[in-house]
Amino acid sequence: MIWSNEYAIDILPQLLGGVWVTVQVTLLGMVVALVLGLVVAVTRFLKIPVISAAFTFYVLFVRGTPLLVQAYAAFYVLPSYGITFSAIVTGVAVIGINYSAYTAEVYRSGIEGVPAGQWEAARALSLPQRRTWTKIVLPQSIRTIIPVLGNYWIQMFKDSAVLVAIGVAELMLVARTLGSDDFRYLEPLTIAGLMYLIVSYTASLIVKATERRYAPTQ
Amino acid sequence: MIAFVDVSKSWGDNQVLRSLNFDVAPGEKVSIIGPSGSGKTTILRILMTLETPDDGVVTIEGEPLWDARDGAKPKETKQMRATRRKVGMVFQSFNLFPHMTAVQNVMEAPVQVLGMSKDEARTRATDLMELVGLSKHLDHKPPQLSGGQQQRVAIARALAMRPKILLFDEPTSALDPELIGEVLAVIRDLAHSADMTMLMVTHEMRFAEEISDRVVMFDSGTAVEQGPPHKIFKDPDHERTKLFLRAVLER
Repeated sequence: MIWSNEYAIDILPQLLGGVWVTVQVTLLGMVVALVLGLVVAVTRFLKIPVISAAFTFYVLFVRGTPLLVQAYAAFYVLPSYGITFSAIVTGVAVIGINYSAYTAEVYRSGIEGVPAGQWEAARALSLPQRRTWTKIVLPQSIRTIIPVLGNYWIQMFKDSAVLVAIGVAELMLVARTLGSDDFRYLEPLTIAGLMYLIVSYTASLIVKATERRYAPTQ
Repeated sequence: MIAFVDVSKSWGDNQVLRSLNFDVAPGEKVSIIGPSGSGKTTILRILMTLETPDDGVVTIEGEPLWDARDGAKPKETKQMRATRRKVGMVFQSFNLFPHMTAVQNVMEAPVQVLGMSKDEARTRATDLMELVGLSKHLDHKPPQLSGGQQQRVAIARALAMRPKILLFDEPTSALDPELIGEVLAVIRDLAHSADMTMLMVTHEMRFAEEISDRVVMFDSGTAVEQGPPHKIFKDPDHERTKLFLRAVLER
């Protein structure tokens, strides 16, 4: 098979459409993962009976099963219980929930990294529990974990290709469909690979910049 | 002002407080001295509600802070939280909030806990920063300050809550020798000018002698001996006190 520039330019618009979906899924998925992971992590620290234990199981369960299985389950099994969403909403939810189990663990390490003296100072000043979390503990923990969260975000870009399995029209699905329709896989897959690379690299630059901006002051 | 009645506390097999009975009068400046691990700091931490006593009662101005009579597990109550507000603490390692500026550190609790307006809290914080000699450092973050400066901000932060009792837990132990003086000077001024009750755990014997109304020698979970500083430092009764002072002062 010989590379055809003409064909490559021909399919570019469709692939760009696929990238756009990938970017959207990953941005929204990351928002879900960041918010849900934070709720899970903080709740586990608060040691609320039953709920904290349930979240511990949640982390264990989500981390212990493959993303692909979760995607299939959400897309093919839930509808038989009357729960249906579009492929893209399911995709965002599945990848967001999957990653929330990981971000919850990252938040946990960040929270544990805040020195006991910070909690003690807050208590000595009678700061309310809520204020201690939002203004003292979380700002300090999040600064230290930005690089790790950023890595998960970049990994999510690549993992989003799994959503091809449930028909989310993201980059991988577009590339595969083009390949099978035109019997040419070289150009779509090569360009898709490059696009993943460009997007991940851009994301890593954004992470680096954020890291610098919020780096803990030494 | 402060009363410990039969207070005990253990860490595993290590009993750090043994049925301690200990009172502090209003406005009194008390220094607690003694070897490391003798339970001195635990007294302060129980008063700040950072530790829970295993047994006994602790009251502040007659109001219960901890009630662990007969070993009952004491609870964190509304009453306890109200009583705790009368107490402030200065830590060995400062424990300033590193992501906030000095003045934000001082303003935080008055705004959040006392419900002061931001303007009022800022004015007051500025005054307190001036009191500790740091009016030029309002907008510095703790990592930009020396240890001595950080500890002075921490003192201002504790004072901002207008505590009736101020606890100092080895306030100069984490400092480079040349920075100790500036922190002691601030504490000295407070001791001489404020009618606050002050309780200090320290290894600075000369300083303790100078500012205290009373010095308590602590060892193995009990107050071995206590009295006015000239008595404890010049003519102690107990062998344990003599040994300790000899070891510390001949250092």
